[in-house]
Amino acid sequence: MTPSITLSQKFGYRFSWVGMIGLSIVLFWGIIALIAPHIIPHPVGEIVDEDYFGAISSRFWLGSDYLGRDMLARVLMGARYTVGISLAAVSIACFSGVVLGMTAAVVGGWLDTALSRFLDAMNSIPSKLSGLVVVAAVGSSITVLIVTLAVIYTPGAYRFARALAVNINTMDYITVSRTRGEGIFYIIGSEILPNITGPVLADLGLRFVFIVLLLSGLSFLGLGVQPPYADWGALVHENVGGLPFGAPAVIVPSLAIASLTISVNLLIDNLPQKIRDRSA
Amino acid sequence: MENLVEVRDLKVEATTDSGRRVEIIRGVSLNIAPGEIVALIGESGSGKTTIALTLMGYARAGCRISGGNVRIAGKDMVTLSERDCAAIRGTEVAYVPQSAAAAFNPAKRIIDQVIEVTRIHGLMPADAARQKAVELFRALSLPNPENIGGRYPHQVSGGQLQRLSAAMALIGDPKLVIFDEPTTALDVTTQIEVLRAFKSVMKKGGISGVYVSHDLAVVAQIADRIVVLRNGEMQEMGTTADILTRAQHPYTRELLAAYEPKPRGDETVVEDSEVLLEVCCLSAGYGPIQADGLPLIRAVQEVSLTVEKGRNLGIIGESGCGKSTLARAIAGILPASSGTIIFEKRELAAAVRQRSRDQLRQMQIVFQYADTALNPEKSIQEILGRPLTFYHGMRGKQREARVGQLLDMVHLPKSLRHRRPQELSGGQKQRVNFARALAAEPKLIICDEVTSALDTVVAAAVIDLLKELQRELSLSYIFISHDLSVVEAICDEIVVMYGGRKVEQITPAQMKIPQHPYAKLLFSSVPKLDPGWLDALELDPELVRTYGQN
Repeated sequence: MTPSITLSQKFGYRFSWVGMIGLSIVLFWGIIALIAPHIIPHPVGEIVDEDYFGAISSRFWLGSDYLGRDMLARVLMGARYTVGISLAAVSIACFSGVVLGMTAAVVGGWLDTALSRFLDAMNSIPSKLSGLVVVAAVGSSITVLIVTLAVIYTPGAYRFARALAVNINTMDYITVSRTRGEGIFYIIGSEILPNITGPVLADLGLRFVFIVLLLSGLSFLGLGVQPPYADWGALVHENVGGLPFGAPAVIVPSLAIASLTISVNLLIDNLPQKIRDRSA
Repeated sequence: MENLVEVRDLKVEATTDSGRRVEIIRGVSLNIAPGEIVALIGESGSGKTTIALTLMGYARAGCRISGGNVRIAGKDMVTLSERDCAAIRGTEVAYVPQSAAAAFNPAKRIIDQVIEVTRIHGLMPADAARQKAVELFRALSLPNPENIGGRYPHQVSGGQLQRLSAAMALIGDPKLVIFDEPTTALDVTTQIEVLRAFKSVMKKGGISGVYVSHDLAVVAQIADRIVVLRNGEMQEMGTTADILTRAQHPYTRELLAAYEPKPRGDETVVEDSEVLLEVCCLSAGYGPIQADGLPLIRAVQEVSLTVEKGRNLGIIGESGCGKSTLARAIAGILPASSGTIIFEKRELAAAVRQRSRDQLRQMQIVFQYADTALNPEKSIQEILGRPLTFYHGMRGKQREARVGQLLDMVHLPKSLRHRRPQELSGGQKQRVNFARALAAEPKLIICDEVTSALDTVVAAAVIDLLKELQRELSLSYIFISHDLSVVEAICDEIVVMYGGRKVEQITPAQMKIPQHPYAKLLFSSVPKLDPGWLDALELDPELVRTYGQN
């Protein structure tokens, strides 16, 4: 484990090479999402190939789709939607879930009971089904997608944060700050949050993966991002007819989804660990 | 006579998470003759448990035996294979852990766990093993020896469980038994019973023993020879009498000095004694409130006490007697269900939330475990700075300067301010814990077992610090402890609690002898440094029956 040792000496953290691979793939897709409009070789919506489901060639690096559009451009632009929508949704879900969870744990009593039962009830609705119903009823737009996904994944984040915060809440240093007369926001923000950041970040990563998969699922069913734009799930959906021909148009977006979700998982399983032995 | 155990130049090293190697045992050699009990004594981190474990050929995860050899009855445990070591463990060398409660499986009956050793090693049929276990229970003077094995671990008391774990160790007829701080977690009244039982069984069977402890007074009762350890090196070795009377090494002397009674002088007696805190008929407990307005489980019942300015009150009693609940009720953490608390001539509300910020500031509480009382994610500077900002509105440079002063007050170097609590030693953490209470500039500090988790020498230093701060800052303490010598060293008045009630109030300065039977038992149960103390001690059997086993 040579890379881990060089890192450890510089920053006081140990980071395994598996985690580094995960991090580099995640960073790669993040950068692509940011700079996609500037690097795509052909416009996203324009039919540029005379053949449909074209093979990989020097002109079309990833072939062409069912209408003869450049697949490379569509995958690169799709990263914007998949990464962007998921990131926005997971941030909202985790933020509200963690804040509510810590509040419930610290305040306790009826607030805890009411919040927990309400969110349990929400949790009991199957996520794909509720996503389908909402999008079908309200219509699909990026805002609706983000809000729906965030609402679906908030109860899980709440449960997780509450369980962690309940444990921290019994520690003596919380009792000390209560007897000091501290308010609830200080206790949540300054005493509890720093102690649960690690697990909450890991949960955020996992939830991000779930959201990517659900968003891709919705898009595959035609309820996600609407044409002419497409996220990776929608790309799989619209090109599914190429499957018998073994067209890259259907394989590439699937690989993109897999690479992003797997690498996020690798990263959160191997987050850098702080080295406690300082004297080295 | 040939030695049963011969340890030669033992070295154990550990690998830290940055890959650095640290030597934790640096060349220790010792012999144990058959039938001899040798005590390993030293502060935490001195390597005493590590040495004890190597006698079974075992090193904890991340550690390895890097040199020397450990011969038990001629076999070198260092070079033996894991399979051969396993055959010896339980039959020739056995281990009694510190926390019997954690060592028993809560889901299995005690007897099945006690005879497990005979089953694993195929020593005897189950029926014979059961009979032998019952004999051991009798020898260890456990109550109801025929049937106690049928119970589950949570159905017996802590002292009984500790003796049962000794029975588990002894059932394989070992030649050597390792006791790892077996009485540290017990009350003094229970400790006597357990020590006596261990001593008589070991003498009768002629078994050799290794007794690991940090309590010199306990070790003096049971050991033939004492080995004093520090930083993985042997400091001194000698017979018990030699170590107690003619200690050579400065560290041993320091250890001994920590036991010398330091009765509180009269220097702090205030002439115009003014009442600071008055607690009247206080009751508190847990569980739903019953029809009579009291909680279901009443941990504290109708306790009254007063604390005068500049004077200290000690509260002692065994675990579960309600002393910590009393502290929590006074501090308002657990609102009292009835009774009044008058502080500075004004009645305090029962709950923290209803008290004013200034009332909270003047009464601070310091907890037993500095590990859980200090937020691990914050630097010392943030921990000490928060009460300064909160109560006194200090910021920036002014706050930083005051943090420095506070660290000075508790004799810690200022360079510690950027460290996190886990980078400090136990004694340093407890000092920070105390400095945080001082930051509020309180009039009364409630100390809940502040020295119990510390080694003898460190605890003595913390007590000295508390006395010194009292002289400088005219504080009052409520000092809660199960350790009588600690309370005697610092308190003007001592309240003895039993079963949630205050049974007696004693003034050590007036040399008043306790009258209440429980107080008598408690005072006479504190081990003395005299090796003959345990054998000479005669406790009224009636008292022991009433109060000894709860």
